[in-house]
Amino acid sequence: MSTIPAFEASYNEPWHLPSRGKVGMFSLIIGESALFTIFVVAYIFYIGKSLSGPTPEILSVPVFSTICLLSSSFFIWLAERAIEKNDMKKFMLWWSTTIALGLIFIVDTGIEWHKLIYGEGLTISTNLFGTTFYSLVGLHATHVVLGLIMLSLVLVFTLTGHVSEHHAERIQVLSLYWHFVDAVWVVVFTVVYILGR
Amino acid sequence: MADQTLPVPGTLDVTPPHHAEGTFLEWLHDWVVTVDHKKLGILYIVYAICFLAVAGTEALYIRIQLAVPDNKFLSPEVYNRLFTMHGTTMVFLVGMPILFGFANYLVPLMVGARDMAFPRLNAFSFWLTAFGGLMLYFSFIGGFGLYGAGNAPDVGWFAYAPLTAKAFSPGNGVDYWALALIAMGFGTLGTAINIIATTLCMRCKGMTLMRMPLLVWLMFVTSGLTLVTITPLTAAQVMLMIDRYLGGHFFDTQAGGSAVVWIHFFWIFGHPEVYVLVLPAFAIANEIIPVFSRKAIFGYPAMVAASVGIGFVSLGVWAHHMFTVGMTSVENAFFVLSTMLVGIPTGIKIFNWLATMWGGKIRFATPMLFCTGFLLQFLVAGLTGIMLSVAPWNWQLHNSYFVIAHFHYVLVGAIVFCIFAAIYYWYPKATGHMLSERLGKWHFWLFALGFHITFDTMHFVGIMGMPRSIYTYGADRGWGTLNMVITTGAFVQGIAVLIFVYNLIVSYFKGQEAGNDPWDAWTLEWATHSPPPEYNFATDPVVKSRRPLWDLKHPEDPDWKYE
Amino acid sequence: MHLRGRASFIFRIAVWSMLFLAIPAVLCFAAEPTQPTGRTNIYDTSTTPAAEIAHLSVFVLLITGAIFVSVAGVLAYVVIRFRAHKNDEASEPPQIYGSTQIELAWTVIPVIIVVVLFLTTARIIFAVQDAPKPKDALDVTVVGHQFWWEYRYPKLGIVTANELHVPVSTAAEPLPTYLKLLSADVDHSFWVPQLGGKTDLIPNHVNEMWIDPSHAGLYLGQCAQFCGMEHAKMLIRVYVDSPEQFAAWVKDQQQAAVEDPAVAAGRHVFQSQSCSSCHTVRGTTAKGRFGPDLTHLMSRATLASGAAANTPADLREWIKDPDAFKPGCLMPAMQLNDQQLNELVAYLTTLH
Repeated sequence: MSTIPAFEASYNEPWHLPSRGKVGMFSLIIGESALFTIFVVAYIFYIGKSLSGPTPEILSVPVFSTICLLSSSFFIWLAERAIEKNDMKKFMLWWSTTIALGLIFIVDTGIEWHKLIYGEGLTISTNLFGTTFYSLVGLHATHVVLGLIMLSLVLVFTLTGHVSEHHAERIQVLSLYWHFVDAVWVVVFTVVYILGR
Repeated sequence: MADQTLPVPGTLDVTPPHHAEGTFLEWLHDWVVTVDHKKLGILYIVYAICFLAVAGTEALYIRIQLAVPDNKFLSPEVYNRLFTMHGTTMVFLVGMPILFGFANYLVPLMVGARDMAFPRLNAFSFWLTAFGGLMLYFSFIGGFGLYGAGNAPDVGWFAYAPLTAKAFSPGNGVDYWALALIAMGFGTLGTAINIIATTLCMRCKGMTLMRMPLLVWLMFVTSGLTLVTITPLTAAQVMLMIDRYLGGHFFDTQAGGSAVVWIHFFWIFGHPEVYVLVLPAFAIANEIIPVFSRKAIFGYPAMVAASVGIGFVSLGVWAHHMFTVGMTSVENAFFVLSTMLVGIPTGIKIFNWLATMWGGKIRFATPMLFCTGFLLQFLVAGLTGIMLSVAPWNWQLHNSYFVIAHFHYVLVGAIVFCIFAAIYYWYPKATGHMLSERLGKWHFWLFALGFHITFDTMHFVGIMGMPRSIYTYGADRGWGTLNMVITTGAFVQGIAVLIFVYNLIVSYFKGQEAGNDPWDAWTLEWATHSPPPEYNFATDPVVKSRRPLWDLKHPEDPDWKYE
Repeated sequence: MHLRGRASFIFRIAVWSMLFLAIPAVLCFAAEPTQPTGRTNIYDTSTTPAAEIAHLSVFVLLITGAIFVSVAGVLAYVVIRFRAHKNDEASEPPQIYGSTQIELAWTVIPVIIVVVLFLTTARIIFAVQDAPKPKDALDVTVVGHQFWWEYRYPKLGIVTANELHVPVSTAAEPLPTYLKLLSADVDHSFWVPQLGGKTDLIPNHVNEMWIDPSHAGLYLGQCAQFCGMEHAKMLIRVYVDSPEQFAAWVKDQQQAAVEDPAVAAGRHVFQSQSCSSCHTVRGTTAKGRFGPDLTHLMSRATLASGAAANTPADLREWIKDPDAFKPGCLMPAMQLNDQQLNELVAYLTTLH
């Protein structure tokens, strides 16, 4: 037991492994995509199968909030670049912009739901349209809220001076999630407000 | 067998790890807060074995009830709860945890890493899974209390809508079922992500993807499959909860909802789930068969390709569970074809295992005995699977005991046999003690005997028209004798499992010292202590081939010359 | 000693493989349409679909059997031939890492087998599922309920329960019956093995299947999709009648209920104790739809979907306490006193 010849310890070729944060986040995104796929399929399957009103015609296309959410992807990308260059002021600027745009989206969704519930009398239990609409849009909104909480945490840490360029990779991992949330909205938007209306 | 003078690689401390003797509370605290992949792996496995005992006992109750016609041993209410809990427990609380337990324990060791990619996520996943299991079993005493058998779910592990709607299942049984599975689903998702990240990002130097042990490859494919199958189940469960608590209509057939959609969603999860369970079994066989045949695995690239192939094809076969729900003839034909296609990569695997054994010097220690049993039974399971994929025949066999026999051949004959093989194989590594070979042989032969008495016979009652999920049957049906035989076999298996548990406990205290490498094996986990220290390897290993320890033991003829 | 252990292992493999092949094969060759046997064996076929399925299964069994014998044979050979001996422990066998040619060979063979199996299977799928429906086919609507069967003959104006009557269909005079399958509550599955495969009854989803039984008699089956507490006692009885028998049965079923003044008290109990809110007796005020139609209750051999015999004693026990036969069934115990029970049974036994 005391003889310990080594493996040929020298390994001279370069040895690169992918970042585990990114691999982990990509895996999560694959799983989440499957989750959304099921809700999207359910939505598409039940289009026009409600036995009573209201129907999807009552929806108005949320153009403004969609532009806000999609452009936030661009701003978070700017933030990623800023932190790589250790430009913390710009990072904070673009990061806050992203949060603000996400907040606008969520508030807009809230206003839309308020109108639907109190104006049109559409709730999750009204008919199949209500059930599938609130589930799918709500599932996405939940992801936006989760993302906003995480983004805000980063902002708090940045303001207290705990974030530096060392965290660039972690910031990128978080941004991946945010890009995913935006990409899912493209699908949800197409299905709910274009195909299903 | 143990080769203690083998020059172990430069990855070891000179002194074996020091075991501090603490109080019971310290010991307990240590296990509860641990983020060590080996301890979590053992926790998973112990947890699963406990539930194996529970669900096995449930199966014995079921078999007593069915042993004779018109039996009054169990009420229909209790019977329905027991078969639901038996299925749910075996799949979610035994199968998945035990296989993820092995993945947890072995993947970092085999890729030469010190831990998983995300150790804390790992601990979180385990405790979430554990919580889900306890919540599921809390249903027996929770809800409406202890009256009858409590409020356990009684809708079958497939929980077809609309039987799960409030109108038809008013209690809380379905809620316990759905919430427990959602909780476990998140835990499983975390573990799957962790295994993928560990495989891709934690490999030691020289461990290219095509040099990874096949076990690591298969666990990687399994985890990928888990990502895209557990989440649809979670989605469907969330929809069910929306229906039950928020008045939604996803599966409400009175409001235009569709019961067939649930069946699709369930089997989109449910069928790949079978592969999530069986691929780790293949993984175990891939490690054990070569070592005990004393030969390298035959056709490593083909094995990798077949595993990945099975993973992908399995995503497109789910509706072969639905040949009787009234799909069109074209849809039926499509799923016949896709299902039969799975047989090709599966066949390749069996052929490769046989070719690995061919020309070897096979040592029939207990792990290899179980793997040989696995090969035979998996062959039969595959062939009955082909029979069931023949849609017209499936119209007869679907939901009969033939199907029960088929999937128990997969789940017990293949997976449980491999799990037993794995425990006999890696127990020395995890504890430092060998399991008793004498008890192991008793365990194997009794279990194989009981298994065949029970599940071979089940095929025939199925052909004789006995449907599943029935709590009793009339004497006029002529199923009585065969059912008595099946029940007898179940008890033989029960005795075998008792021997196994006795072996586990006694060998822990009195088992023969294992040494680092009792089986003269080739993968990295055998290069470190038994049990391995917390950090696994004192220095990071470097590998040049698929069998690093073979290279060390045979410097004159190393593998890397041929790969 | 070791050798003996292995020999017995091989022996066991051989025995089981023979059983595995022989028994179903024997069963299969009896797969020509036969008399009702009162058994639910899928090889006692009595209709075209059932016989086609049985024949297809023989073919599949032969192929899978051949695969089993050859692969298990190789396994047995390997286990005997290549086991380690005590004396050669030291050396390792030659290491072989694989062979592309061999891999290709054993990929191609399964592919060919799959193609053959798929084509034969597809042929039968289309033959059974897409068979053209003859104009004079009998239509029956089957409605699954927790835990009983409702049968409606829309063209004949008949509603009955639990015991299905269909005419015999011979080669000379084919008269298939087309079953339209619906569900009133949860999923069920209609399975009479001698008459063919099962088809599910799913709410909000119409299914269809057809049968053409060639021999008269009684065929048994049961619900094959778990549907709740009493799934096990949701039994099916199918009477295949000769053309004359069937015509007589139809004529009988089309009548309204017999009205016998001697049992007026029982009829009063039936109508006043809310029996009538679930059960229909045509020609009276009882028009409930939740339970079986009782207009011709006495024309049936069983009660409670086959859970009890239709005798006055069992009928009385069934009404008094349905849980005695079928714990968890949806029919409530109506808490009738002995006199009411006697009157009610007397009334029901007149419903021929």
